[in-house]
Amino acid sequence: MDWSSSLQGLAGGILIGLSATWLMATLGRIAGISGIIGNLVTARPKGDSAWRVAFLLGLISGPVVLLLLGGGLGNVAGSPGEVVGAPAGGVPLMLVAGLLVGLGTGLGSGCTSGHGVCGLSRLSMRSLVATLTFLVAAIVTVFVVRHVIGGGA
Amino acid sequence: MTSETLKTLMGYIAGLIFGLGLAVSGMTDPARVLGFLDLFGAWDPTLMFVLGGAVATNFIGYRLVLRRPNPVFGEHFHLPTRQDLDGRLIGGAALFGIGWGLSGYCPGPAFASIAGLTGPLLAMLVTMVVGWFLARAVLASR
Repeated sequence: MDWSSSLQGLAGGILIGLSATWLMATLGRIAGISGIIGNLVTARPKGDSAWRVAFLLGLISGPVVLLLLGGGLGNVAGSPGEVVGAPAGGVPLMLVAGLLVGLGTGLGSGCTSGHGVCGLSRLSMRSLVATLTFLVAAIVTVFVVRHVIGGGA
Repeated sequence: MTSETLKTLMGYIAGLIFGLGLAVSGMTDPARVLGFLDLFGAWDPTLMFVLGGAVATNFIGYRLVLRRPNPVFGEHFHLPTRQDLDGRLIGGAALFGIGWGLSGYCPGPAFASIAGLTGPLLAMLVTMVVGWFLARAVLASR
């Protein structure tokens, strides 16, 4: 097993947890990306948008800071130190994937961060069921794509 | 600084730490995510450490924070109150899981990866926003 990747995963995970705690402590908000950005773009809630825009800019600038530091702090599989990995497919596949992710997180009220990180921390039954559901759906999807269609590639 | 400016700054700091966490952990690499989801291939445990580290940290963090009567820069804590399980929650999560399994991007890493924007990622971001509007329309029509 690749322990340095796992340790970087743990370190990054702790940062994500600290971010979620920080957002609750300061603004009283759940750090769910689909909720924060989805509500921002679809509803532009009056008096409740500035922090969402700022959060999105922060989210984008995190990896930029790592790139600027240039010290190889990323954790891309197969190229340690790189910060952002290549997409797994071309434009047509990603158009479909994006639609499913947007529609699914919109209807299901959350994604990996809102249900996964924040909901599980609150011991929410809805978030536990949602997290298990999207994990199983994703595992089955990868199985079908790689081992049924792709022939074990 | 006005309280509105401070609130905005707090939001930026939260996003920045979140983005740093995603980048340090390798979640801005779809191959890492798909490697975790591929239980029947060369399994990559990284995502388990990311989610475990995040939940453990935030579990403790929430317990400390939610003892206070209200957040430092807000009137009250915005916590979900629903407890019921419905088809919308489970069906939505299933659709999301399929999209996640196809791409290796969930919303956080997709936006955080704008630092290395590619055509396919841009395509995904656009339809993700379309999906959010669609979900909103579906919910409004009921």
